[in-house]
Amino acid sequence: MSTTTETAIEADPKLPIIRITREFAATPGQLFRAHTDPALFARWVGPDAARTRIEHWDARTGGSWRYLTRLGGTDYAFRGCFHEVRPDRIVQTFTYEGEPDGVALETLWFEDLGGARSRLRSQTLVDSFAGRDAWLASDMETGVSDGYATLQRMVDDGAV
Amino acid sequence: MAAATLTRVFSALADPTRRDIVARLAEGDATVGQLAEPYQMTLQAVYKHLRVLEDAGLVSRPHGPQPRPVRLETAVLTEMETWIERYRRRAEQRYRRLDALLATMSHTEDKDGADDVNDH
Repeated sequence: MSTTTETAIEADPKLPIIRITREFAATPGQLFRAHTDPALFARWVGPDAARTRIEHWDARTGGSWRYLTRLGGTDYAFRGCFHEVRPDRIVQTFTYEGEPDGVALETLWFEDLGGARSRLRSQTLVDSFAGRDAWLASDMETGVSDGYATLQRMVDDGAV
Repeated sequence: MAAATLTRVFSALADPTRRDIVARLAEGDATVGQLAEPYQMTLQAVYKHLRVLEDAGLVSRPHGPQPRPVRLETAVLTEMETWIERYRRRAEQRYRRLDALLATMSHTEDKDGADDVNDH
């Protein structure tokens, strides 16, 4: 889409943090709804080849969420808490249930750029540099590791 | 690159002195003495930092006549950038799906002024 700018990313060298910035041809209100309305959220969270099923969703300060991502015949479960939900920001936790000790703290900011445009900024803090590396390597951002899914397929096919 | 290697690179770069050393070596090779000059620390301490960078594969000290120059190994940094770029592309794919969704939301609002959007 010509009206959007590509995603920018920054891995902080001092802290296990990943920062992402992206502009959208939408109001902050629309961006906020796309992040808090479960039916809308399930339509874009992805990955492309996956189906997302929302199991629980309470997008309010102090609420929580859980969803399943079905990919290659396998369900991957994710859950977390909505720590703070406001029109201009969401603070939440994110956990892959396969590795429940790894909890990421994510802050999203919705900034109004005027003219029905807005900027989404996100900051993801994990518990260690090792945790961030695993995060970068394992596709936790979209939920599922390609390698993991491939391995799962191999197991399913009796190849392993 | 194995995750363990990436971890060593990140933790090696977590220290401000080591980041400074890497930044200076990006401009060209330098001897340990030259590297130590601006710092208020013993040569011993600088050697210690260099060992961490060496273990992470970020610098090397090729054998040869003394004083041996310290060299930045850019391949490791490039691999790390590749990982980050891969992650960035996944985020971009995700946000393109969000672009498409937002476009339908605007459309619905323009059409009937609805405050909410039905999932269809």
